Amino acid sequence: MSGGFISRGFKGRRQQADVAGRLPPGQHLESGFPVLSAGPTPNTPLDQWDFVVTGSVKAPKRWNWNELLALPHETPTVDVHCVTKWSKLDTHWEGVSVDLLLREVEYDSTSVRYATAFSEGDYTTNLPLADLLGGKAWVVFGYDGQPLDPVHGGPARLLVPHLYFWKSAKWVRGLRLTEQDQPGFWESLGYHNYGDPWKEQRYSGD
Amino acid sequence: MQGRMGRENKLDGNASAGTLQAIFPFEMTEVMVTCAGCGASNVIGETAAYVSGMGTIVRCPSCDRALIRIARLEGRSYLDLRGSRVLRIHADG
Repeated sequence: MSGGFISRGFKGRRQQADVAGRLPPGQHLESGFPVLSAGPTPNTPLDQWDFVVTGSVKAPKRWNWNELLALPHETPTVDVHCVTKWSKLDTHWEGVSVDLLLREVEYDSTSVRYATAFSEGDYTTNLPLADLLGGKAWVVFGYDGQPLDPVHGGPARLLVPHLYFWKSAKWVRGLRLTEQDQPGFWESLGYHNYGDPWKEQRYSGD
Repeated sequence: MQGRMGRENKLDGNASAGTLQAIFPFEMTEVMVTCAGCGASNVIGETAAYVSGMGTIVRCPSCDRALIRIARLEGRSYLDLRGSRVLRIHADG
């Protein structure tokens, strides 16, 4: 019996060490799912919802809700890191890879190197296009086996877990591909343009 | 923090008072702001404020446009007033 306690204690410490290794500098572990929004939660009916890739593309490409859901799904399990210093580990999502969406759009990849994700309302966030490709980003509509809750960005949000969570735009409605980088909603208000949590790129100048 | 879990962090404009007080030398919640989008005029205390750990966004109660955006980061305040056409400030505060 005492062996059982020792074993559990040992396992507990090892788990703590594992968790610590997954927390970027300055972050703490969060077990809930905090809500952080800069504007009202939209309630667009799904039959009026669409997702568009536009900007410096040969022709904009649009998916309605049913067309998006008909694409092959992926179920990434990832850690997310908010710039307000909480991290949540092993979050389970369901969505469509951004690689898959951009494969259906023609653009000049030598000159078009940035994207602005835009949401319902006025929210935008900018990323290098390379950070949306290579299996690193999704448009997700499911969380923990359920449809994504509107307060967490449903019906669909961007998921780019290797960058601070403000880059994972809630209520996303499209991507605008650009040749010039254009700072988004928070990036134009003092937050870091790129936002790598492992380099603690929280604010401009970090 | 109100609204941290499970619901949006929308409050009335008075919730922006502390953040605004750190920048403006008068009582901002009593200032009349005219929206650069729809033209509606409201005192800031009667607008909508989205207050979070990232910043404070004061929005027009008529059209939701961001009237004032503020982030206080490492001792610096970032202030964006593009959404405010006019601020009417009483001389006596």
